[in-house]
Amino acid sequence: MQKATEKQTVIVDGSRLVTEAMARAGADAFIGYPITPANLLYQYSGRRMPLFLPAPDEITALQWMSGLAATGKIPVTATSFPGFALMIESINMAYMMELPMVIVLVQRLGPATGTATCGAQGDLGLLRGMISGGYQLPVLCGDGFEGSWRLSSLAVQIAARLRTPVVYLTSKEEMMTRKSFNLALLDDISAAEVPMYTGKDPYRSYDKAGKGVPPFLPVGNNRWQVRLNASTHDRDGILQHSTREALDNTMRLQDKAPGHIDQFTRYEYDREEGASTLVISYGITAGAAREAVYNIRESGKKVSLLVPGTILPVPPGYYDITDRYERVVVAEENTVGQLAGILFGGRLPGKVHTVGAAGRMIVSDEIKREVLI
Amino acid sequence: MNTILKKAVLPYCKGCGHDLVARNTAAALEQMGTDPLDVIVVTDIGCHGIIDGCLNTHTVHGLHGRSVAIGAGMAMGLDGQAKKIIVFIGDGGSTIGLQHILEAARLNLDMTVVVHNNMLYGMTGGQTSGLTPCGFRTTTSSEGNPWTGYDLCALAHTSGAALTSRVTGMGQISGQLREAFETPGFSLVEVIEICPSYGVRLNPGKKLRQIIEESGRLPGRWVNNREPFLIKQGEKTGNLLEELEAIKVDHKSPPGKPVSIVVSGSAGEGIQLAAGIMATAAVRSGCHVTQKGSYPVTVGVGFSTAEVIISPRPVIFHGIDIPDVVVVTSGDGLAHCKRRIKAMKRGTVFADTSLELPETGAAVVRQDFRSAGIRSACLFALFRMSADTGIISLGTLHRTVLESRLSPKVPVDKIMEMVKG
Repeated sequence: MQKATEKQTVIVDGSRLVTEAMARAGADAFIGYPITPANLLYQYSGRRMPLFLPAPDEITALQWMSGLAATGKIPVTATSFPGFALMIESINMAYMMELPMVIVLVQRLGPATGTATCGAQGDLGLLRGMISGGYQLPVLCGDGFEGSWRLSSLAVQIAARLRTPVVYLTSKEEMMTRKSFNLALLDDISAAEVPMYTGKDPYRSYDKAGKGVPPFLPVGNNRWQVRLNASTHDRDGILQHSTREALDNTMRLQDKAPGHIDQFTRYEYDREEGASTLVISYGITAGAAREAVYNIRESGKKVSLLVPGTILPVPPGYYDITDRYERVVVAEENTVGQLAGILFGGRLPGKVHTVGAAGRMIVSDEIKREVLI
Repeated sequence: MNTILKKAVLPYCKGCGHDLVARNTAAALEQMGTDPLDVIVVTDIGCHGIIDGCLNTHTVHGLHGRSVAIGAGMAMGLDGQAKKIIVFIGDGGSTIGLQHILEAARLNLDMTVVVHNNMLYGMTGGQTSGLTPCGFRTTTSSEGNPWTGYDLCALAHTSGAALTSRVTGMGQISGQLREAFETPGFSLVEVIEICPSYGVRLNPGKKLRQIIEESGRLPGRWVNNREPFLIKQGEKTGNLLEELEAIKVDHKSPPGKPVSIVVSGSAGEGIQLAAGIMATAAVRSGCHVTQKGSYPVTVGVGFSTAEVIISPRPVIFHGIDIPDVVVVTSGDGLAHCKRRIKAMKRGTVFADTSLELPETGAAVVRQDFRSAGIRSACLFALFRMSADTGIISLGTLHRTVLESRLSPKVPVDKIMEMVKG
């Protein structure tokens, strides 16, 4: 077998690319618990990540990751809904402690254990509301191999830069489907940097920094005392009831991801002059949307396309785009319109229409029909 | 004021054993001459957890019952560094986080867990925990707990803890704590206390020593002579992409337009492997390909289906609704793609002769594909498809098989003869 160089055509699956991308971006530990359809990420990480540890359950996985992050690692895990559900309290903890890490959520058909080997896009609503208080951690989603490469590496970089857990959202078909691919299409990836504390005064773990991200010091360092706290705490990291300083710290967390959204806003906007309809789709369904848009244009009709890569928090720029259209069609692989609901609210405006499916991939003709109706 | 404790007055109720544990922990560390910044004290939810602000060490205050697990992560992250990870946890936390204790003991991670066992949930109103002794009264068992509590020391010891000890939370316990702190690997010290707010009030006249004797959980010390946890990693690669096979284009003979092929058979019959070889052959022919797998959760039972698109241009979307070609070699495979075969208005179905196909608008080609052996039936059918449709050349497919790891396992020459014959 001739080994592939970075400019050759190979057949590859998305899990391999995402694992490699995250490693290049600086992820240096993978803590895993096996679950379909995230198993390939687990398998590849064993060989690629400098530190690989099998946890006995998903709660432990997130706790081990938090411990590793507290010592200065940038850990990653990969799971699907049943495992993610177990992780949620600990993700809240890591969010509150401000520990960098990436959770790759490979969506599969639910509810509950659903169908492990069937893809879906049904977990976005959960991600929107998973942090108590309604706060938001960054959720990124690539589509296609190049997009997966870029967005999964960005997930690691943002986790480090903002000291926060980040969810890289994907689905079974994106992680397990094999495709021919020219490796020359992959961008270079720079390694993530956690902002470190270099001051001469005693370190305060949650002291308000210039842009709201406190610089980091690992526990166990011999310069300054470090305090991490999952409960409401002051700038020193000491538990408080609801003092002004402690609540200010919590409010800072509320603003952290939205306040840095410019650093991780990624989307593709394929605008067609004169189009009055916009198709919005992400992740696995974005391919069907692209095909639908191509076919619609081939038939002489005008249509534009928005593929969000940054899913949450919703970048304000998305509304500048959607406001320009008389009709918006949101396509996603669930039947309740989760992305549509997040973008436009529980009572969808009359101009917003959805295309959904459960237990199968949405095909381009379904989107085309809704656009041309 | 000493080096470990920041405050002289600790935030506990009068008579609480937690105060004793904190002071003796500090005393033990000071006897050892430990720098506070070489110590990480991990606490969680429960009265014990409010000690953080009184310490000059690093402090981490986590979730209820998870302090052992986050401490375990730190032990892994600080592997090889001379740091003391000391986890404070209550009996309630030990109940909800029991698995974390057993796992850390099993791995023999370099850390010490100090269990503040006051036999009930003190912070939330005095409810019964998993460590409450039988007969002990709590706010939720006014007649006395009807069940026996866990023997936490026995569980930790049998899981592999290097040192486990149970002590009565009275007097000086710094010696037992120091021994634990100085033990390489996992150590657990269970300190039996009585909560002055609930335990004393609900169990009038009962002394701590009497409760301990009646519970049968007597003070003791248990040792496993084990090496502490060492991180062991398998062989690593610095680049996962270099492991891939570079596929060179032999010749350019792509189909004029994208062709969608559903290959369906039984799990364990090499369906995905055969489809993968076809995909490789297609790339060698200058095509773009996608291969989506579909199968039930069981690995070796039921259907196995590969959905392959072979295209002259990059494939934007790899989903297949109604395929151009179906290759089906078993009853499992047919059951999974029957709807699609029925919906086909054109194209071709290549089916094993044993299968009863539904009505279809597609042309049907039948052959006894399973005669090549159940693990070769799919490959045989793909050779047939290749010969009949020309979607990829038979020669390229043949060469690809010969160069694959499947080659010694399948009767390639016999299949070629049957296809040509």
